[in-house]
Amino acid sequence: MLLIPCPYCGERAENEFSYGGEAHKPRPEVPEEISDATWADYVFLQKNTKGTYYERWIHSHGCRRWFNLVRDTLTHEIHGAYRMGEAPPKVDEKTYV
Amino acid sequence: MAQRYRLDKGGRIDRDRPVDFTFNGRAYQGYAGDTLGSALLANGVHLVGRSFKYHRPRGIFSAGAEEANALVQVGEGAATLADLKATQVELYEGLSARSVNCYPSLDFDIGEVNSLASKLFPAGFYYKTFMWPQAGWPMYERFIRKAAGLGEAPLEPDPDFYDKRYAHADVLVAGAGPAGLAAALAAARSGARVILADEQHELGGSLLSGRDEVDGKPGSDWAAEAERELRANENVRILPRSVVFGYYDHNWIDILENLSDHLANKPADAPRQRMWKVRANQVVLATGAIERPLVFRDNDRPGIMLASAARSYVNRWAVRPGESAVLFTNNDGAYAAALDMKAAGIKIAAAVDLRAEAEGELTQAARDAGIEVLAGHGIAATEGHKRVRRVKVAPLSADGRSLAGEARTLNCDLVAMSGGWNPTVHLHSQSRGKLRFDAELATFVPDRAVQAERSAGACNGTFGLADVLGEGFAAGEAAAEAAGFSVEKAPRPQAGNGKFLPARWLWLTPSSKPVGHGGKHFVDFQNDVTAADLQLALREGYTSVEHVKRYTTTGMGTDQGKTSNVNALGVVSEFRGVPIEELGVTTFRPPYTPVTFGAWGGRDVGDLFDPIRRTPMHSWHARAGAEFENVGMWKRPWYYPKAGEGMHEAVQRESKAARESLGILDATTLGRIDIQGPDSAEFLNRVYTNGWKTLKPGAIRYGLMLGEDGMVMDDGVTACLGENHYLMHTTSGGAAEVLAHLEEYLQTEWPELQVYLTTVTEQYATAAIAGPNARKLLAELTDDIDVDPDAFPFMSWREGTVAGVWARVMRISFSGDLSFEINVEAHNGLHLWQTLMNAGEKYNITPYGTETMHVLRAEKGFIIVGQETDGTVTPVDLGMEKLCSTKKDFIGKRSLSRPDMQDPNRKQFVGLLPDDPNEVLEEGAQLVETVKSQPPMDMVGHVTSSYMSPNLGRGFALALVKGGLHKHGQKVYAPMPGKTIACTVTSPVFFDPEGERLRA
Amino acid sequence: MKARYSIFSLARNALSSHENWPQAWRSPEPKKEYDVVIVGGGGHGLVTAYYLAKEHGITNVAVIEKGWLGGGNTGRNTTIVRSNYMWDESAALYEHSLKLWENMTKELNFNVMFSQRGVLNLAHTLNEVRITKRRIHANRLNGIDSEWVEPEQVKEWVPIIDLRGNGRYPVLGGSLQRRGGTARHDAVAWGYARAADALGVDIIQQCAVEGFDIEDGRVTGVRTSKGAIKAKKVGVVVAGHAGVLANMAGFKLPINSRPLQALVSEPVKPCVHCVVMAGAVHAYISQSDKGELVIGAGTDAYNSYAQWGSNPVTEDTLAAICELYPLFRRMRMMRQWGGVVDTCPDASPIISTTPVKGLYFNCGWGTGGFKATPGSGHIFADTVANDRPHPIAEPFSLERFKTGFLIDEHAAAGVAH
Repeated sequence: MLLIPCPYCGERAENEFSYGGEAHKPRPEVPEEISDATWADYVFLQKNTKGTYYERWIHSHGCRRWFNLVRDTLTHEIHGAYRMGEAPPKVDEKTYV
Repeated sequence: MAQRYRLDKGGRIDRDRPVDFTFNGRAYQGYAGDTLGSALLANGVHLVGRSFKYHRPRGIFSAGAEEANALVQVGEGAATLADLKATQVELYEGLSARSVNCYPSLDFDIGEVNSLASKLFPAGFYYKTFMWPQAGWPMYERFIRKAAGLGEAPLEPDPDFYDKRYAHADVLVAGAGPAGLAAALAAARSGARVILADEQHELGGSLLSGRDEVDGKPGSDWAAEAERELRANENVRILPRSVVFGYYDHNWIDILENLSDHLANKPADAPRQRMWKVRANQVVLATGAIERPLVFRDNDRPGIMLASAARSYVNRWAVRPGESAVLFTNNDGAYAAALDMKAAGIKIAAAVDLRAEAEGELTQAARDAGIEVLAGHGIAATEGHKRVRRVKVAPLSADGRSLAGEARTLNCDLVAMSGGWNPTVHLHSQSRGKLRFDAELATFVPDRAVQAERSAGACNGTFGLADVLGEGFAAGEAAAEAAGFSVEKAPRPQAGNGKFLPARWLWLTPSSKPVGHGGKHFVDFQNDVTAADLQLALREGYTSVEHVKRYTTTGMGTDQGKTSNVNALGVVSEFRGVPIEELGVTTFRPPYTPVTFGAWGGRDVGDLFDPIRRTPMHSWHARAGAEFENVGMWKRPWYYPKAGEGMHEAVQRESKAARESLGILDATTLGRIDIQGPDSAEFLNRVYTNGWKTLKPGAIRYGLMLGEDGMVMDDGVTACLGENHYLMHTTSGGAAEVLAHLEEYLQTEWPELQVYLTTVTEQYATAAIAGPNARKLLAELTDDIDVDPDAFPFMSWREGTVAGVWARVMRISFSGDLSFEINVEAHNGLHLWQTLMNAGEKYNITPYGTETMHVLRAEKGFIIVGQETDGTVTPVDLGMEKLCSTKKDFIGKRSLSRPDMQDPNRKQFVGLLPDDPNEVLEEGAQLVETVKSQPPMDMVGHVTSSYMSPNLGRGFALALVKGGLHKHGQKVYAPMPGKTIACTVTSPVFFDPEGERLRA
Repeated sequence: MKARYSIFSLARNALSSHENWPQAWRSPEPKKEYDVVIVGGGGHGLVTAYYLAKEHGITNVAVIEKGWLGGGNTGRNTTIVRSNYMWDESAALYEHSLKLWENMTKELNFNVMFSQRGVLNLAHTLNEVRITKRRIHANRLNGIDSEWVEPEQVKEWVPIIDLRGNGRYPVLGGSLQRRGGTARHDAVAWGYARAADALGVDIIQQCAVEGFDIEDGRVTGVRTSKGAIKAKKVGVVVAGHAGVLANMAGFKLPINSRPLQALVSEPVKPCVHCVVMAGAVHAYISQSDKGELVIGAGTDAYNSYAQWGSNPVTEDTLAAICELYPLFRRMRMMRQWGGVVDTCPDASPIISTTPVKGLYFNCGWGTGGFKATPGSGHIFADTVANDRPHPIAEPFSLERFKTGFLIDEHAAAGVAH
């Protein structure tokens, strides 16, 4: 059971939250002007990093706010949480084979 | 004679409280404070079980959680428990236990025939045989399954219930032996909130079994004093009978507390067990160590047990586990058992010591006490079928790999063995802490911690009692400090500091024949894995530790390898000539000891398994005899059968009434989202396929919502309540998903939009009245809403008073008829419903459920998301292309222009009319254009909804058919088992295609 | 040729105390170059290598495995095998596989204990009934055995089940595939390893891929912890780690890696005689030939490469088991673990060429890969050998995420939309 630091509420147990996948993947401004491949990239493709991952969560059974989390997907170590629109914290990024 | 092997005095049992129990149908007596294991030994019962594969007679071999042999079935009927370890079962009055895995009886077990043919059953034999004929496998498997399993699952529902509880701790201490008590004392003295959990009913751990002194008094007295101090501290929670079984992410700890298993009279109103879910700031692991057996020929006979267990039985339970014992050891520490046994009057036939130079403090004490020490010797063989009778002892060669002299026979009925100690590193490993092989101890000890935990005492590889206590205090202090408390260092208690070293690490004791050629050198007792099996696995190329484990099943029994894993590594290391530290260790997985399923479920079963949502009118529906359907979490009336009616008759009646006069539906369950803010219209424009900027207050519009993949995800109507204020309706099951979807876009993609969403589903109750008389009924119940069609047109809403209470009335229709949905505050829902029912009596007002709702909407060709759609259907497929605005972007729009979305042969939404009007197609039936005599057949679509319509006077259906939008009038067929149903593809709108009735 | 396994060879070897059994497979050092390198020594990868050698005459093949063979999801799943999938494309794939299962033990001369004890998929809501019937009819017209069973028949198959489900999740019926069942998962990896090795395939364990050599858009080899290995073609079959390998090759996949949990009880005498799947509550149960109840859960909610599961998921699954089988509340969990599964947006796999020439990916099996093992490897070998998708693999290309032809099996899995 992860302990997730909601930037609005503080540390709460994982089952108060819902997952939103990869962060910093903005919706294309004008979808009609991009290729099928670029659109597929936005809708379906994932970095799915093994290591430091920037991801979105929502405190769905709490403040209902979305925020970003930096988490290691192998060790589950959490490096920080930040609000939507804020810059991510400086993290010593890791990836594993 | 009762308790013939009970010592006259001593032990932590209550001799004033005798306890009667039965084992395999025979009556015995023990004392309060006994385990089933100690009580059986007190009565001289050594044969208690049979092994899994060979059905070899087995006895009690340990005194704790590591027991691999003495598995029992406890209790009968619904309350029976399978596979309990006799060494962990607390004795209570009336306990009834029996052996598992034997037939017809423990004494005479037919399965033992396997033992005779054991040469045919080496590790993995089943991979190599039972292959001919191929068709014979089911027969072989039936035979194999007869031999499967140990105990028996109950055959009736569990009469008990279980509890869960959350807790927080500054410092959680796992284990209340000397290290754990010391850690808890140190942490508690700093003011930290401490939880101290121990699997046993009494705190003290090894202090209860030994004769060590602490601060000049018996160790158990020191433990009792420590417990008193802890109990007096309100920041401390002590959990006896509570095993810390799981160490998960971010210092999340699971504990299973036993509340009533040990009671003769189990309270009916109290839970049987409780699962504690603890988030700990810091954790101290003080879980002790488990003694290793020695691997020698036929080391599994009843009467052969761990030296520490023999010592426990003597000291803690005042039981003589034998009359004449042989100590077999590779270390100095085990002599404590010999000394204590001797003091208890057990004859020590000899101490067989693998060490060439058998030296050490305790070894010397044994010699001084007159015990014969056979240094450089090993047990080369054992005899005795249901109890060990004698052992053959021989000197070993210098390298320990072979015998170096004549064997000598020692008569005995007890062999106390010690192969050293394995720190109980399970929780440390579960927490993903690293392990390190300690060559001096020849075992794995904790290395780097990953989470906020520290190990203290024997589980950390520390064995002298003074060191253990010191480490416990230090760990408690460090944990408290790390949790933010200031600590005053306490003086450490005085105690002896004997280690169990020196030792000689010989993983396999030789016998007169090579391994595999005579007798069995057991490594894993429960699963009957021998050293020869390990050797075979290696020979066949299963060299990785995991392969060895899986091929031989070593360590996979109910003890999960507590005594076998390191020995297996040692034997593998020996055979392969590779140091253990290079072999690696298999991962320790939760739980530490088995955990009841019911405790995981807790109270989340029965009515509380999932929330049940009921509308304010539910009681009325129930009284009216409604059958209910589960829709999401809601209970919705499905249909209201009258006396003698089945579902079909009820639905026909309800459907007709709603078309011909007046029907009423509880529409409370629709999801409702209140949308406010200056950018609301823009937001709706982005999330729905159609345009919203022209919608005026008082008006309502239907919207279709897509996922970004272009597939329909929800639909419903949205009312404009005022300037920048909307009320969105979602499907009953989709409300939460839609709200989450909207919030996600609002907060993550379009934070610049000023829009605020609030779920108001629970705020309102809704009764939908539908049918030609709907307007008349509404008019009777309101003074302030003008129901004239011109004043209150289709797709608009009005606010006013209905049935004397505030109401928002929406003129919308899911039935296709004139219809009003009357929304009132939830607490007025039942009042509204009853008022409508009373006033509507003259119109034969007929309540209808979801089934009739489905019929009516299907007649009209209205889709139900999740029934006509399945996540692969676009608005174009539904013939709703005109609802997709070309003037703006919306979620999912871009996906609609991908090449495969343009395929004219996609499955599209149509109606179906069976040629036979009495035919009702099965929902889910598949459709073909060309019927073949047998499969496979090319399918062109499937039936999504199908009903008998009293209004059309025939069966009809909705379907998705390839290219269906352009196939109206063509034939398709549903090949069903036994018959083929011919149908004509039609428009999906069967009733009032011009919409005159709903606009009436 | 290897020694054949049989009751006779077992008896013969018993006479020599089993000291003359040959190795099931060699443990060679990697050669400098192979015609094909298969990355991933799980079931799918080993089958691929086997069929490359057996059916395509490509024997200069290496299977390289980061850990020990069969140590990923092959050895971590709940071993359910069935083919009653909803869409034609999936049904073709899984039925192709099921047919290979039915002959596997003989083909390999290795008893994988494929036990066709029947697989029941329960329907708990009216919507599930509709979807289940839709799937059954589709199976039937595709020539796949699949039948609807009423609640009382469910009770006959699983006498210990509580059909009432407390009114909350009553059993309204279900689908039954009699040819479905379970198999011994480790044996599948070992059997194919032994058979592939006999055909000359090098199986190299403890060898991690650290990168690809790519020249002019074509793969020329892999860089590994045991040095560089040249390869004309490379097939990647690494389940949860597919994304990691794709990143090394410079492209992304539509995959999220999630832990999938499983657990077993202590062994008890057989009381569940078929496989029972309850998708609505994510509880899957069967009983092994050792007597353990083998229980599968749903995937965890967030991406992770950790081979353990999230605690709330265990609680939910066991609550569901307690609800459906109230007499199992007294049973005890003996061991739990997790595997990292590669979930695709449409719950269907990817068997595909990639943007890099000569590099092929087989991934995205999510929670259901075990049952596909032989079929997946068979058509992947064909795809790699011929540098074009096998006809059954065609719909499962990476391209589908661009063009939109998704094969969405979520509905069939009972996950409501």
